[in-house]
Amino acid sequence: MNTPRSTGDLLEVEGLTCRFAGVTAVDDLSFRVKAGEIKAVIGPNGAGKSTLFNMIAGVTRPTDGAIKFDGARIDRLPTHARARRGIARTFQNLQIFCEMSVLENVMVGRHLRGRATTLSALLHIPSVGAEERAMEATAMALLERFGLAAKAGLPAGSLAFGQMKVLELARALACEPRLLLLDEPAAGLPHAEADKMAETIRDLNRDGMTVLLVEHNMRMVMSLSHDILVLNNGRRIAEGTAEEVRRHPEVLSAYLGEEAVDA
Amino acid sequence: MQTATALLQVLSAGIGTGAVYALVALGFNVVFKSTGAMNFAQGEWVVMGGMVTALLIGAFSSIGLAVVTAVVLVGIVGLLSERLTVQPLKKPDALVITLVTIGLSIVSRSLVMLVLGKKPVGYSGFSGNTALSVGGVSIQSQTLWIIAITLAFLVVMHAFFERTILGKALRAAAADREAAAIVGVNVGSTVLLSFGIAALAGALAGAIVTPLTLASYDQGAMFGFKGFSAAMLGGLGSLPGAVVGGLALGLLEAFGSFYISSDFKDAIAFAVLLLILFVRPSGLLGRADIVKV
Amino acid sequence: MASIEAKTGPMTHSRLPRRGLSRHARLALVWLALAAVPFVVPNAYWISLANLALINLVLIASLNLLMGYGGQISLAHAGFFGLGAYASGILNVRYGLPPWAGLPAAAVVAGLGALLIGIPALRLRGHYLAMATLGWNAILVVFFTQLVGLTGGPNGLLGVAPFSIFGHALDTEAKAFPLAWAVAFLVMLAISNLLASRIGRSIRAVATNELGAQSLGIDSFRTKLAVFVLSAGMAGIAGSLYVHINQYASPETFGIAPSIMLLVMVAIGGAGTFYGPMLGALIYTAVPQILLDYEDAELMLFGLGLLVVLILFPRGLAGIPAALAGLVRRRRA
Ligand SMILES: Nc1ncnc2c1ncn2[C@@H]1O[C@H](COP(=O)(O)OP(=O)(O)OP(=O)(O)O)[C@@H](O)[C@H]1O
Ligand SMILES: [Mg+2]
Repeated sequence: MNTPRSTGDLLEVEGLTCRFAGVTAVDDLSFRVKAGEIKAVIGPNGAGKSTLFNMIAGVTRPTDGAIKFDGARIDRLPTHARARRGIARTFQNLQIFCEMSVLENVMVGRHLRGRATTLSALLHIPSVGAEERAMEATAMALLERFGLAAKAGLPAGSLAFGQMKVLELARALACEPRLLLLDEPAAGLPHAEADKMAETIRDLNRDGMTVLLVEHNMRMVMSLSHDILVLNNGRRIAEGTAEEVRRHPEVLSAYLGEEAVDA
Repeated sequence: MQTATALLQVLSAGIGTGAVYALVALGFNVVFKSTGAMNFAQGEWVVMGGMVTALLIGAFSSIGLAVVTAVVLVGIVGLLSERLTVQPLKKPDALVITLVTIGLSIVSRSLVMLVLGKKPVGYSGFSGNTALSVGGVSIQSQTLWIIAITLAFLVVMHAFFERTILGKALRAAAADREAAAIVGVNVGSTVLLSFGIAALAGALAGAIVTPLTLASYDQGAMFGFKGFSAAMLGGLGSLPGAVVGGLALGLLEAFGSFYISSDFKDAIAFAVLLLILFVRPSGLLGRADIVKV
Repeated sequence: MASIEAKTGPMTHSRLPRRGLSRHARLALVWLALAAVPFVVPNAYWISLANLALINLVLIASLNLLMGYGGQISLAHAGFFGLGAYASGILNVRYGLPPWAGLPAAAVVAGLGALLIGIPALRLRGHYLAMATLGWNAILVVFFTQLVGLTGGPNGLLGVAPFSIFGHALDTEAKAFPLAWAVAFLVMLAISNLLASRIGRSIRAVATNELGAQSLGIDSFRTKLAVFVLSAGMAGIAGSLYVHINQYASPETFGIAPSIMLLVMVAIGGAGTFYGPMLGALIYTAVPQILLDYEDAELMLFGLGLLVVLILFPRGLAGIPAALAGLVRRRRA
């Protein structure tokens, strides 16, 4: 098990609560994510993991509680402003731009790094052309790194499911985020592809990326994570290293069951 | 004393118009719920309801029979419209369906114009053109018919959505298409059903309001817009909202044209819509739409 | 973290292979060909139709920017066209300003008209703009008709001066053609430029998947508002062209019916295709000439055309070649 590099808290969640009509999806949850670590959030279906992600990313407004990113409150900011601060994500239900090309999908990910304004774009001043070429080169390099370069010109909607998942990851990375939120990156992938995804996440983390990961694939979670948070019914029932979580009695009964033995 | 009588008169007129708007808004909402689209054909169905009734009255010599037949016929037009234009779509998202309803509205309007003519048509109220006098306040008997028929239709609709399997399936599909599909609801047929109900509601509105306003092929856009404004006012997609929004809009218009000027009657719907969009986008009874990710 | 560019090193191999001419060269060629129109048509009436087609092109191309690329429906495009026409015309007739001053003013006034309705209507996810603009166009027509002192009311705005260059009035159809030709070119060029930038990509991204776009740092509300205002501003420019070339404007040109027709033309030409609006403008200008005696059938024809296109050719007429090519490619694969 590798240890995270630095120890500052990049993300702090305090007393976070989200109630939908009748359901408390996340209930008074507090935890921290240290810069440079991979933290996993696990729990049975409906435990509130995606809701937690949506609150961090700004898609769902919390009923109560605070979210701090790099020491500053972000829980009132709109989604795009959080992306600007350095939070990028992938989605449990893919949210790619189906009608745009694979390359363009990743180029949209470079949006925040661009300078062109509506006016300068209309006039096509020289810097706009240069920016386009640079964005395209960067996006192409990312596609090459993820083995999608051959598909660059195809509509993203024509990709296989696994490739779409990889594309969504590449697109998120194009933002050069400081915190990466991955909602079930291996779900639906065959074994080999899931292993490759795990390897990619490990590599990213070696290069310094902080990752918050939701995943049902226990093998992946146990091998990747520095720290694991276990949710059930929106509440934390355990938090710690893979070893600690694996032995936690409440986790065993509430969630892992036979899967723990398999892993 | 005189002002009190006048106020009551305006009030009754407002409730009558409001009931009609409520029906149009209900139709608008049903399609919005099942597809997420703005239905531009809604107003054309109102016009059709009035014009077909007028045509049939000559043949049937019974107003009741003419109204029922016209409403059923327009309901079938709604069903056919969906089968012919929405169902064959390759990518039926809200944008494309909205565009399709724009096409439907153009075709419906020109069909009405070519087949039923450009001249406005009308017929007498269901109890003749009588006015009742209640304590000095004179109320058109047709206004009472409008209120009664609207109420009856709302009760039937409520029972349909709450009691019947079909109605429940429609609600389930509106709440969550994918989940509904998983539990075996045929989502395609719920869209069909929503078009049928919307056309029924629209045609009924047209059939009962025509004695007061006349019907002409070019009124559809205005009715559609009023229905939409009422639906927004009450909360888009909410059925009780359609009633509240329709009545509120009808009353606002009635009092607006009484106190300000009837020239601005139509501008009032627009001003109300703008205000709602600014201040409370989810309307009086609506909840903000939540997208599950 | 080191930037991605630094880590992956210089990219020499990464440009996608592109076939044929650059987008600028293609557009320039098309416009050179159009320049021949006044020399090959039989008489001035045809040139007047060409001018009308170019103005329609500006309208349809700008609506296509909003609808085909931005994924939003506006039914007030003719209203914005009218705002531009009246702004430019009124400044000229009532305040004596030259048409050249009216042209930018028309764009600004139409843009403001869009801002007013866009701010409330675009904050919500969904297609509220479609209905809100329908109402807005109806209100605009009321203004055009009722403010008789300014607009001339139902009788129209009379006595509008033509554009002039160095004292030469562009007061015939043939003299006005180069202006309409040049303005339409500049609008097409601007749209092409916009689409080939991060702004254009963000417009399309928001239209395709708003949530995905937001998660990448794109402010979807501002993006939608910007493209709506821009598209209305271009319609305003078309309005200024129209009013000074015709030297007249009246309310029925700017009503809901023409707004709906413009939308139909975007779809028939090919929503989201760059050259589709040229087909749309051609059809919109030519068909009423052909069906001169069958005005009533026109509505039906265009309505059916819209439905057929939406069901069978979602990319319109301009998209048919690409659709066929795709079919062939799939067969071979
Ligand atoms: N928009 C919503 N409206 C109402 N309830 C919701 C909404 N989103 C989530 N919920 C409910 O909140 C709870 C938590 O859902 P969530 O999607 O966060 O679970 P999860 O842990 O991500 O599950 P899974 O492992 O299946 O992805 C569930 O009971 C769910 O039904
Ligand atoms: Mg989830």
